[in-house]
Amino acid sequence: MQALTCNVATPTLFSAEGLVGLIFLLTILMVVGGALIAVQSKWLVRSVAGLALCFTGVAGLYYFLLSPFLAMMQMLIYVGAVSILIAFAIMMVTQAGSDTRHRRKVSALAGPIGISVAMLFFAGFTMLALATPWQQFPQEQEGSTRDLGIALLGPHVLIFELISIVLLMAIIGALVHAQRGRTRGTGA
Amino acid sequence: MQLLGIYNCLSSYLVVAAFLFACGVYGLMSRRTVIGMLISAELILAAASLNFMAFSRFLAPDPTLGRLFTLFIMAIAAAEAAIAVSILIAVYRNYKSIESDDLTDLQG
Repeated sequence: MQALTCNVATPTLFSAEGLVGLIFLLTILMVVGGALIAVQSKWLVRSVAGLALCFTGVAGLYYFLLSPFLAMMQMLIYVGAVSILIAFAIMMVTQAGSDTRHRRKVSALAGPIGISVAMLFFAGFTMLALATPWQQFPQEQEGSTRDLGIALLGPHVLIFELISIVLLMAIIGALVHAQRGRTRGTGA
Repeated sequence: MQLLGIYNCLSSYLVVAAFLFACGVYGLMSRRTVIGMLISAELILAAASLNFMAFSRFLAPDPTLGRLFTLFIMAIAAAEAAIAVSILIAVYRNYKSIESDDLTDLQG
């Protein structure tokens, strides 16, 4: 608990900074609760809803990290596209309503082992994050949306083009894959 | 109220990201359907993006690079989700099941 005091001024509750801190705590609660629902719920539809809640909270955290553009992209891509895509997948695959219908003996150990491994990861990363003396450098640029655009079309234009090719290939590949499955299914 | 000031320090974001990562690992190990594993993989990717954003906000001299990397992670994650869902639908058409224990055609 001593390491978590990180030399910040502690605002009172009824000031502007205190309200910002309260909103930050609510955002963290949203992230943690959403993630717990997403991995713990027995019904996959609820787990997708938890995923959307968690991604909304992560967008709020991006807002706290001084980049509203990334928060908007997170809402658009993750909450608006990826969660809806997974929800469509659940609706198309009809029997996927529940996750644990008939449990077999092979994977009965998967829950406890998974919990212990996850606790190990969490404890390790938390200790690493709290114990490391992070060295701070003076910020030379502010990293605004304008800087992002200049960096995307300037020094990193090759990665940008490669990402667009990857996205195009993903779209074509998904179409071809789904089409092939359909013709085989109706032909058999 | 010490707790109200933690939005201005790096380690709180790192702890939240570690929690997201641990949730994703637990889901990957304990889920039995492919869709549940896909959701857990998305959680792990969100944890990685959150780490990039936190480090680029607090420590890096030029925060543009971390934000750029987060944008690339978002694009890759969207492509990955689309491909995974199409594979999943093809698998469901062939096997009539999406439980990962049933997909054992290549088992020796």
